[in-house]
Formats: sequence, structure tokens, C-alpha cells
Amino acid sequence: MPHNQSFLLLALSIAILSACGESKKPVNSSIDELVVKIGAAAPLTGPQAHIGKDNENGTRMAIEDANTKGVIIGGRKARFELISEDDQADPKTATIVAQKLVDAKVNGVIGHLNSGTSIPASRIYSDNGIPQISPSATAVSYTAQGLKTAFRVMSNDGQQGKALGEFAAKILNAKKVAVIDDRSAYGQGLADEFIKSAQTNGAQIVTREYTTDKAVDFTAVLTSIKGKHPDLLFFGGMDPQGVPMAKQLKALGLNIKFVMGDGGYTPKLLDLAGDAANGVYASLPGVPLEQMPGGKDFSQRYEAKYKQPIQLYAPYCYDAVNVMIATMQKAASADPAKYLPELAKITHGGVTANIAFDEKGDIKGGAVTLYQVQQGKWQPLQIMGGNTAISAH
Amino acid sequence: MDTLLQQIVNGFVQGSVYAMVALGYTMVYGILGLINFAHGEVVMVGAMVALSVIQLLIDSGFPPLLILLISLIISVVVCMALGYGIERIAYRPLRNAPRLAPLITAIGVSIVLQNLAMMFWGREYHAFPSLLPNNSHMLSGAIITEVQILIVLIALGMMGGLLLLMHRTRLGRAMRAVAENPSAAVLMGVNINVVIAVTFMLGSALAAVAGIMVSANYGIVHYYMGSILGLKAFTAAVLGGIGNMRGAMVGGLLLGLIESLGAGYIGDLSGGFLGSHYQDVFAFFVLISVLIFRPSGLLGERVAERA
Repeated sequence: MPHNQSFLLLALSIAILSACGESKKPVNSSIDELVVKIGAAAPLTGPQAHIGKDNENGTRMAIEDANTKGVIIGGRKARFELISEDDQADPKTATIVAQKLVDAKVNGVIGHLNSGTSIPASRIYSDNGIPQISPSATAVSYTAQGLKTAFRVMSNDGQQGKALGEFAAKILNAKKVAVIDDRSAYGQGLADEFIKSAQTNGAQIVTREYTTDKAVDFTAVLTSIKGKHPDLLFFGGMDPQGVPMAKQLKALGLNIKFVMGDGGYTPKLLDLAGDAANGVYASLPGVPLEQMPGGKDFSQRYEAKYKQPIQLYAPYCYDAVNVMIATMQKAASADPAKYLPELAKITHGGVTANIAFDEKGDIKGGAVTLYQVQQGKWQPLQIMGGNTAISAH
Repeated sequence: MDTLLQQIVNGFVQGSVYAMVALGYTMVYGILGLINFAHGEVVMVGAMVALSVIQLLIDSGFPPLLILLISLIISVVVCMALGYGIERIAYRPLRNAPRLAPLITAIGVSIVLQNLAMMFWGREYHAFPSLLPNNSHMLSGAIITEVQILIVLIALGMMGGLLLLMHRTRLGRAMRAVAENPSAAVLMGVNINVVIAVTFMLGSALAAVAGIMVSANYGIVHYYMGSILGLKAFTAAVLGGIGNMRGAMVGGLLLGLIESLGAGYIGDLSGGFLGSHYQDVFAFFVLISVLIFRPSGLLGERVAERA
């Protein structure tokens, strides 16, 4: 049967290909070489695949750099291997992937991309004593579980809410602030942190209102807010609500400053809101590429290597790998049990910032950047917090 | 005072949106005694089709109102075909089945439509271009936009048109005959298949108009937009007395007012204990109260008996 034949041919060619791939590796490994396996997990399929692939690229670049440079760990030449897994941005798949990485005896994990996947996976890494550095999870609870193995190089939502509150009260000089949140874990948490920080910085919260993550009509809530005469509105939620809210603010003649968290910092908001987007403020954890200590050089090298621009978190992945390698060097061991205690104490000058962890595993002084829509584009306005001022060595 | 007036205007506009959709529910129910739960999804399809047509024509250089008119016509035609298809495939085979069967089918149709729309138009939100003039006007302290005024007018116009159709035309008489007693209507020479198909097509045409107006007002469309809107409109229809055209209008407006005043004042009245996210709860609280205390609705008569 021709059908069967072509199938056999395909199977054969796959077998040959994979044999080629495998036969390469053992040839140039010598006896004293120390093989260090770095696990990476991100969604490589599905709607977030482009961001996940970007993470993988960042991680791979750091590993290839380290192999080219030649890293000595405990007197032995180390060779780093990347084991990349697809967690599909799905919490259940994330735990399966985590177990797979544990079974492959990785020395450390860079991932996952999302908070929703990093949190369930972190339990498995913790049970097996494997250090995990997430490049991009921002939910406070990821490091608040009390796990010794969970770290991140990205500012969390608590740091973001704090920066937003300070920005509203000090930089935008808001005296009377109205707050709406969408009652989601993200929106509510961010709004709570925002309120605390805005009050500390001297702003008064005139009203706290709520909506849902499916609503499109906010006229009733906004009218009630209008009666309280605030000079700024903060919304803890995502862009599908932020867009009609911004439009209805203008339609109701409520010309006050409108601030959102990273749920609003999307190209989609510009597309959906059109003219109403102008003037909207939103934040994003981290700093813009141009402002990173090593951002310019990194993005040039990345583009030369992968022939495409950085999507989002590749520099954070790059830093996460390098922090891990630097710690292994310091501890003179790639054994998770030996280098894990050092990870909490390390200071490393990375591409994105000068990296050090606090007692929970969060990055110390995580930076948050505030943006505003000007002429239909997101423009960076102000970097809050962060320790980018400390020179990277 | 300004705040109260503004809340009343908000409620009136929101209520007119509900009324537009509720009219479609109530017309089908009045004639068939069937709650067409897929109606909300037809509203969504109407909005989505209009959006696709607008996206095709937006760079053609036609004046905005002409583009809107073309998209309205195409969307009405597509929705009428859809309404006919739904009736033919999902409801006609079940016409003599127990009442629960078509109700469950209706829910099934709504899920199918939602998922098809998700596959076809994607799961992300789309911007609905503002083609209508949308300036704001002051109405003694309250602000209302032109699109909102248009929504109120269209809702009233739809109700008036439907009343005229039902009571002044031959088709309307046939519809009322089918509503009263289908078998007797057949004996009197009414082709009930045609009458019922026309009823669905009319209801779907209204849904298309409602979908476009809702999208023009909020400027955003999504495959999920029909389900909450459909539920609220159903509540409005029940509140006013399902099967009754005036009732759908009254029910829609009342529901809009209750929601807007409720969401606007509950936070202050309860000292922050209850918040404005209870907006949707009001609608369903009203629905449950009506079902318990006045099952036939405010303007409904004897509808509960109809089979």
C-alpha cells in the first residue's frame, strides 16, 4: 500500500534524524566535564506561544553564551544543557511538565511564564529541592507560599500596586482618588496594594467601587463616582473593561486621570479604545528595554541570533539563567542542595537590573515602569522603585 | 440632584437596550410559548456580522452612515436567515414535543452559536468603529450621547412597529390566531409554518438591529456579549409580562432604572457593606421576586396558562 510505504519512509527518516541528533552530544563530552541541566518551562503552543518561545530563546541564549565562554564550577569545566518543556499556559500541564523536569534531574528551572502555572509547579520543585526562578510570574502568592526554592527576577503585583499608588499621589498629585476593581484575584489584589500606597503618600480614597470581568456598562458606577469629585480614577482589571470605562468616563464628562495596572498596558487597549485611549496611564513591572543596564547590547545580540525582536521577557530569562550560573560558581557546585542557600544571598549585575533576592525570593526593589498613551502610542513616563541606579558590574 | 438625574438617564438608556432585546423574546413567546434562549446569541451574531461588513468597507471611501446602513441591511438579512435556520432545524421538529424539550434545545442552540462565533471571529475583543455621530448633550444637568438618544428612539419605534404589525396587518392577525390556538388557525386556512418562520425572522431582524446599537454604544464586541444581555433581556420580558410588547418595553426600562439606581446608591446606603458589583444581582433578584409574587409579570395576562 502506497500509504503504508510513505508512512514507513517518514518513520525511518525521523529515526535517522533523531539518531543524528543524539550521536552528536556524547562525542565531545570528556570525563571531567560537569553536565549541568537547566530546565525551562513556558507555553510553546497556544495563544501565548510567541511569548513562551521568546522566553525559551532568552534562556537558550544565556546557556549558549555560558558554554562559549566556558564556566568553571568547583574546578570542573561545566557544560550546560537546556531541557525545554511546553506547559501550554495550563496549570495542570504545568505540574506534569514540572514532574518531567524533576525526573530528568535538572539542576535548576527557569520558569514558568505565567503565575497560574508557576504556582502549582513550584510545589513540585520545592518537594524535590530544585531551585526555580520565574522570569515573569507576578502574582504575590507565588513567593508567599513559604517555599525555599521559589525565586523571581520580575517585580510582583504588590510592588506594582505600591508603585502605582506612589505615582498617583506624588507624581500625578492626586488628592482625591476613586478606585474600581473587577473582583478578580488580580484586580482586587492590585487595587488593595494601590490604596495602601496612595494613602501612605497622602491621597484620600473617596470611594471604592466594584465591577465584574464581564461587564461593559459602567455608567452607573461612574456617575456615582462623579458625584464624589475625585481627581483620579484607578481601575484594577483588564483591558476589555478598561476600554469601555475610559470611553464612558469621557462620555459622562468626567475628565479625570485614569490609571490602570499591567492589565491595561496592552496594544489591544490602543486598538479597542481609539481616541479614548489617549491620556490613559498604565504600568508594567520591569523597565523598558532601552532603560535596562544591558538592554541595548542584549537586544542587538538577540535580534542577530533569532532574526526577530524581543517579545517581552527574554532579557529576564537571560538574567535568571545567569544568576543561577553565578550562584553555582560561588557555591562551587551545581548540586541543588549545595547552591540553593547561596541563591538567597547572591548579587548579580544582569541585563535587566542588579539582581538580589529578599527573604521571600522576590527581587529586591523590583522596578515598575509607568506609561501613558500619547498620540495613540504607549510612552514610558517614569520608572518607580528598582535598583537600576546601582552600576551593573 | 445632578447625580440622580444622570443615574435616571443611564438607567433609561440601559433599559432601552434591554427592551430592544426583550421585544424579540416576547414576540416569539407570545406566539409560540417558547423561550428562545438563543435570541441573545442572534444579537451577538448581528453585531459580529455588522462588524465584519464595516471592516470590509471602512477603507472604501463611502460615507460612514452609508457603510452603517449597508452593514445593517446585511446583518439583518444574515440574522433573518439564521433565525429561519434555527427554527427549521432546532424547533420545528419539536413543535409537538413536551415544553421542556424545545427549551433545552434553545440552550443548546445558544451554546452552538456562541462556539461557532468564537471559532469564526476569535475569542478576543474587537473594536466596533464609531460611525454614528456621538456628541454629548446636556439634559438639564445630565449628559446623554446621540447614540444613546437613538437607542431609546429605536426601542420605542420597534415596540410601536410591532404593535402595529400585530394589530393592524393580516400577518399580525395570523400571528395572533396561531398564538391563540394553532390547530384552529390551521383549520381557518393559516399556514402556521410560514407564520412561525416569519415570527422568528422578524425577531432575529430586531436582534440584529439591537446588536448593532449595543455595539455602537459600547464600542466593543465579543463572542460572549449575547449571553448576559440575553439573560437580562429575558428578565426584562418576564418583569413586564412575557408575551406582551408594552410589557417588554416597561420591563426593560424598569430593569435598567433598578440596576442603575441600585448600583449607583447601594454602596453609600449600606455604608460600603454591599458594593456596585451587585448590579447583576439586582436583575436576578427582580426576576425571582416577579416569578414568586406575580408570575404573569406587570402587564401580563393569563400567560402562565398558555401551553
